[in-house]
This record gives sequence, structure tokens and C-alpha cells, in this order.
Amino acid sequence: MRNRLKILRAERDWSQGDLADRLEVSRQSVNAIETGRYDPSLPLAFRIAKLFDLPVEMIFLSNE
Amino acid sequence: MPRFNAAQRRYNKRVLGLSLLYALLLVAAIMVFKQAHPAGPLAWLLAILPALPIIGIVAAMGRYLVEESDEYLRAMEVRKSLIATGFMLTVTTGWGFLQSFDLLPHADFYWATIIWFGGLGVGGCVQALKR
Repeated sequence: MRNRLKILRAERDWSQGDLADRLEVSRQSVNAIETGRYDPSLPLAFRIAKLFDLPVEMIFLSNE
Repeated sequence: MPRFNAAQRRYNKRVLGLSLLYALLLVAAIMVFKQAHPAGPLAWLLAILPALPIIGIVAAMGRYLVEESDEYLRAMEVRKSLIATGFMLTVTTGWGFLQSFDLLPHADFYWATIIWFGGLGVGGCVQALKR
């Protein structure tokens, strides 16, 4: 699964640490999601979507 | 963000406390066995005492997995545990057969836990290489 997390974060001028603090997860988690090494669970994906005020499908994109 | 989160700090404290308890109980059990030569139920109790903190460490790891609220860190720990389990089963199965054919000396069962802890290190290396 691909995602637009890095772009969305850059638009807001947030570091990975800033985003991690806002999501209450570790910076490693943000890094792993951004680099596609880890696909978040649905609850975390929805938390991310809520934070960016976007639908989940605007952030996470299928590889197909 | 601090280096360790709350769940990791609690885990570290538990493991440190249990490790100290293990060292204390092991030394005590060895000394009592050497000097007092206990027998019967007392011997059984003394002999099992050093194993209890080690079992406690395994339980502390399970508790950490329950308490860790960061799903990515939890997933990494679970993956490390699975690698450690595979490592331990591989080594003990191989050793067991070699021992059966008198090619290796007898090894006590508690080595399985030590090998499993070593497997956690192997798991950590595998994850670091994947990054």
C-alpha cells in the first residue's frame, strides 16, 4: 500500500516527530508507515485521516 | 519524545528487578546446596527458585506486548519473538539429534530459554538489516 503521508506532513511543515506526537505513536512508526515498511491498522489509519481532515482513501492508496 | 515510552520503561524495570532476583536466588541456591545438602521437597523448592525469575521475564515480555500501545513497536516485538522461537527450535532440535547420536554433550533444558533470548538478538539484527 502506498501513502501520501510524507507529502501531507511536508505541506504542514511537520517533522516526523511532530506527526508522531500528534498521533501519539513513536517516530519509528511514522517513519515505517511513510517508507511503506508498515501498513497501519484501520484504527490508526482513521486517526491519521482525522488528523489531516481527509478521507482515508485520499491518504492511503492501493498498489493496484 | 523520550527514548523509552511508558510501557518500555515498565518492562525495563521489571526485567532489571527480575534479573537481580535471579542472580540472588541462583547464588543462594548454590550456596545452600553446597553447604547444607538439602533433600526432599526442600531441595526441589530450592532448585526451582532460580527458574522463577526467568519465567517472570518471559511473562514480563508478554505483559509488555499487552501494554504497548504503539502498534508498530508491538508488531516488531512480536516478529522478534517469532524469529527467536524459530531460532530456539532450530538449535534445540539440531542439538537434540546430534546429542542422540552421541556427537554432542548433554545440554540442560534451561538452555532453551537462553537460546531464545539469544534469538531475540538475532531477530533485532534481522529487523535492523531490513530497515
